[in-house]
Amino acid sequence: MIAYWTVISARYRMLLQYRAAAIAGVVTQLFWGFLRVMIFDAFYRSSTITQPMSFENVITYVWLGQALLALIPLRPDYEIRNMILKGNVAYELIRPLNLYWLWFSRELANRTAPTTLRSIPIFILSMLFFDLQPPTSLLSAFGFIISIILAIFLSSSISIIVNISLMWTISGEGVSQILPAIVWIFSGIIIPLPLFPDCVQPILNFLPFRGIMDTPFRLYMGHIPPDQLLNVVGHQLIWIVILIAFGRWILNRGLKRLVIQGG
Amino acid sequence: MLNSIKLYFRFLEISLRGQMQYRASFIMQIIGQFFMTFIEFVAIWSLFQRFGSIKGWTLVEVAFFYGLVNVSFALSEVLSRGFDTFAGMVKSGDFDRLLLRPRSTVLQIAGKEFHMRRFGRVLQGAIILVWASIVLNINWTVDKIILVLFSILAGICIFFGLIVLQATLSFWTIESLEIMNTLTYGGAETSHYPLNIYRKWFRRFFTYIIPIAFVNYFPVLVIIGKPDPLGTPSWLGWISPIVGFVFLVVTFRIWNIGVRHYKSTGS
Repeated sequence: MIAYWTVISARYRMLLQYRAAAIAGVVTQLFWGFLRVMIFDAFYRSSTITQPMSFENVITYVWLGQALLALIPLRPDYEIRNMILKGNVAYELIRPLNLYWLWFSRELANRTAPTTLRSIPIFILSMLFFDLQPPTSLLSAFGFIISIILAIFLSSSISIIVNISLMWTISGEGVSQILPAIVWIFSGIIIPLPLFPDCVQPILNFLPFRGIMDTPFRLYMGHIPPDQLLNVVGHQLIWIVILIAFGRWILNRGLKRLVIQGG
Repeated sequence: MLNSIKLYFRFLEISLRGQMQYRASFIMQIIGQFFMTFIEFVAIWSLFQRFGSIKGWTLVEVAFFYGLVNVSFALSEVLSRGFDTFAGMVKSGDFDRLLLRPRSTVLQIAGKEFHMRRFGRVLQGAIILVWASIVLNINWTVDKIILVLFSILAGICIFFGLIVLQATLSFWTIESLEIMNTLTYGGAETSHYPLNIYRKWFRRFFTYIIPIAFVNYFPVLVIIGKPDPLGTPSWLGWISPIVGFVFLVVTFRIWNIGVRHYKSTGS
């Protein structure tokens, strides 16, 4: 356990060094936030029908999404990819650690370090200047924090599947393209999930991806009332367990067929 | 000059042949690209299901703006890969070698790599463009066809120019290049919707500083036959794409300044 914790904290501190990149990231995210808010503003001005989410809530949703964007796994871990391609993955197998939890620890750091660097400035700026509302109540703030912690685990359990899939060199390329695309749209970062057509809502509610963004955000703004907390957090937890079990299963299958080139 | 063009196409051929060696992976990535951008359009469709229209524009009209900009942006990504990854050459010092060769740096970098996988996005943009023009029942006269091709070409020039600027920046710093994404990806995303839905300062930025409006908004208005809600005269759309070519020439000038400023890492 201590070993895994050391892996997480070492990698976390290493990734915190990329500060110039983080400043660039903050500027970029602010731009996207502005763009999204303007587009939604134009849509809301064009229709008088009551929508499933108010414009004020959408603004908060957009800025939370920009602040916590780094939680979404967009690219596979290139170091793991190189390890697999070059055969260095053999060294990972010699270590007296479980490979799944070793890589999972890396993922936890990969998700949290850039989020730490980028979220705080975006949070502060958008709350001061760009209409990000504070949480509706103490209870909803509490729900948000619980749900964000689970979101980190959920996101890691998805991105590790992308990394593992690279063991299948050809189909892995496809998985590492398509899975992030699916997470991208079904987490709510492009448009808030309640704005999708009513007929697809049951599917969105079933899939794990809303647990990365939509669930914590709606808890934050009270769009999911705090008394629903156990339900939605339970949904996140169940999917974390399923995805970890699945990840471990495909990792074992991958290791069985893995051939390491000597030399 | 003629020799340079010949060389450029030779580079293109080699790159294509190289990438086709991994055919399955190549096809997989094209499908992945297509799927990802297709899903993005589904999101826009969903918003129209909820709201009906955006400042008087229908989904199909927006789709025309969207398709056109995606085709030119994706084609520019196919062509500008060498500049996009140029920061790595500065870091490793590989750029020194190019300076020794008796050909222009622009030709050598542009010919270094072609990002064929982006054709997934080109395909998606083209399909949406064709769909929109069928539903809008556009009367395709010869001059309109020329204008569309002209706008796509000019759009490629603008996005290509932006990537050249990004590469030029790397003579000074190789960190923080991510900011340029707001202009390339951000510019493309902005042009997915007609420009008049945005606030004034934002419209001005993408008209006068980064002139994307000249290769997308103005010509598309002419093609789909709508007057500009912002009140610009309609002849503007017929000639505005020229700005795209001028922009590219200017960025090459800036590039040359950067090259003169270059100091090798020595490694």
